[in-house]
Amino acid sequence: MNRGSHMVRAFDEDLRFLSSKIATMGGHAERMVSDAVRALVNSDAGLAESVIAADAVLDDAERDIDDKAVLIIARRQPMAQDLREIIGAIRISADLERVGDLGKNIAKRASAVADKSQPVRLYRGLEALADLALAQLKEVLDAYASRSVDRLVYVRDRDEQIDVMYTSMFRELLTYMMEDPRNITACTHLLFCAKNIERIGDHATNIAETIFYISTGKQMPLERPKDDEANAVIVDQPE
Amino acid sequence: MNDNAGNRQPSRWTQKLSEARQTLVAVFLVLAVMVVLEPRLLAAAIAGFLLVAGVAALARSSRWPTGKNQGLQGTSADTKELLPARLLADALDDPMVIFDREMDIVFANKAAILAFGELTPGMALPLKFRAPEMVELVARVIRDGRASLQEYHERVPIERWYQVSAAAVDRAGGLFLLAFSDRGELRRIEKMRSDFIANASHELRTPLASISGFIETLGGPARNDPAAQKKFLVIMKAQTDRMARLIDDLLSLSRLEMKPYSRPDKLVDIRDIVSGVVRSLENLATEQGISVEEHYPDGRLEVPGDRDELIQVFENLLSNAYKYAQSGKRVVVSIERRKSDGADAIAVSIQDFGQGIPREHIPRITERFYRVDVETSRVQKGTGLGLSIVKHILTRHRGKLLVESEVGKGSTFTVVLPERGDLT
Ligand SMILES: Nc1ncnc2c1ncn2[C@@H]1O[C@H](COP(=O)(O)OP(=O)(O)O)[C@@H](O)[C@H]1O
Ligand SMILES: [Mg+2]
Repeated sequence: MNRGSHMVRAFDEDLRFLSSKIATMGGHAERMVSDAVRALVNSDAGLAESVIAADAVLDDAERDIDDKAVLIIARRQPMAQDLREIIGAIRISADLERVGDLGKNIAKRASAVADKSQPVRLYRGLEALADLALAQLKEVLDAYASRSVDRLVYVRDRDEQIDVMYTSMFRELLTYMMEDPRNITACTHLLFCAKNIERIGDHATNIAETIFYISTGKQMPLERPKDDEANAVIVDQPE
Repeated sequence: MNDNAGNRQPSRWTQKLSEARQTLVAVFLVLAVMVVLEPRLLAAAIAGFLLVAGVAALARSSRWPTGKNQGLQGTSADTKELLPARLLADALDDPMVIFDREMDIVFANKAAILAFGELTPGMALPLKFRAPEMVELVARVIRDGRASLQEYHERVPIERWYQVSAAAVDRAGGLFLLAFSDRGELRRIEKMRSDFIANASHELRTPLASISGFIETLGGPARNDPAAQKKFLVIMKAQTDRMARLIDDLLSLSRLEMKPYSRPDKLVDIRDIVSGVVRSLENLATEQGISVEEHYPDGRLEVPGDRDELIQVFENLLSNAYKYAQSGKRVVVSIERRKSDGADAIAVSIQDFGQGIPREHIPRITERFYRVDVETSRVQKGTGLGLSIVKHILTRHRGKLLVESEVGKGSTFTVVLPERGDLT
């Protein structure tokens, strides 16, 4: 291996480009999800519009990352960790792009439930669910920044919390629909929103797995060191 | 050939930092201007100045230490010049981050690490502060030499608001400072007020309506009926008690909400607290016909914590077990050491053998005013705020509440408290 030092520097620059694009995408995706949920809860049509518009940023960034990644691979033929870094960026950007789509979809439903005749409780539940998903997203993107993998294995556990919470919301929404058929349309939208949020959590888990792979070259272990907390529901979601 | 930031940092920094030394005067001027414009930043500005002075001193002796314990390895001569800067920066309550032209973090004070988690030198700033307006702020300060952001808001894991000022500390060498000042108090007061109106008015209306109903009856149909009067007064007393409890709990909750992440630092003895709470609730246990078993291990069982708040946590959990799981006749309180998220922790479990909580309710019982069965809670003098208070206190302690429950068999509430408070 004797690449000139300017080669190394140029390659560093390439990787920097990728990671800074990921950061941009991450920041936008986080913002879109939280704004979309806020638009939904507050029936804020203007905010919903801006979320829908922001999705283009993610689409563009994903394309930039793909193009750049292909170029880097072709030009520099990286190996091992460097290659993982690049493939990882492609995978993470695909997940973030999906997160953006899901956020956009939530925003689109904001106007459909704008009359807000549904009980406050439902919106509270949705917010709590979104906060769980956002916390996951933040955790994995922070891990991408720090490259520390120790906490990533717990992301998958917390994804189960999201599933439990989603199931609880699902039942509650069904109950409302059965109580009064007039609730059906709005509740169906809320149901899809909850489903979207649950899937955002899944994408966060994917990203966790990708980061683990980038840093270690291994798949994230399915079994984690037992914490005696396996069967319990961790009640620590922000309100 | 990896993008190993750590390896190429030192020389670049050393160079930059020695440039920094030559521009200390300029730095001082910049900071002085900042202070004039924003008096709240005085402390940050002084620390920033001393920090640059300190690292410049280090650069002069060209002994830039690598690795984690930067700044603590110099000779005593360096140490004298260097330590006060870092110590000062670390003593600040306000988060402060210094970064370079490449947007890589050079230094973050303790408050910053406490507030935002890992911020290691060499980490790219925009990877950590990803919010579009923050990225923009950083780009702007590099371009213009100063910039500020009225509001930086983080929603998870704890909701926080900051005003952020950014300034070039040393434009030639390319060092920049981000100073955060907490705006959370204001926002939390606003939020609390609207929450209070939304929740409390609703909760207070029921007892209030009942009392006013009885007042009418006392003045009308029951005017000449002493027996009925006596009965109604008892009920009215119960209703005012309920309102008083509600207000007490709401006040506790709002006090906690005002300081959600100021972390307790005194060590407290968990065994002491838990057994104390069991003693203090002996009457309730007897009243409900419940026998209590206690299992505590030997040895040191200390965590960083606030004694009064932890007492409140265990009082709430234990009284819930006595009230809602009466049918089990037995409650087991135990303490054990365990690992939680990979760190040493102490777990306190309160296990009952009552009717349990249906699974779909579990994730939601810490929400304000959420009860599985409103009527039972009311009969048991509940407010629906107990577990919400518990959750807030545990958040502050970086702790967790785990709930396992099976309908018909009982529930176990476990409080997990990290043994070391400095872990995020
Ligand atoms: N040990 C328990 N067993 C069964 N249900 C419980 C238990 N602890 C709490 N709950 C349920 O959780 C709800 C919320 O508890 P909490 O926040 O303490 O409010 P409160 O006790 O004032 O009603 C209770 O109303 C009850 O339905
Ligand atoms: Mg209670």
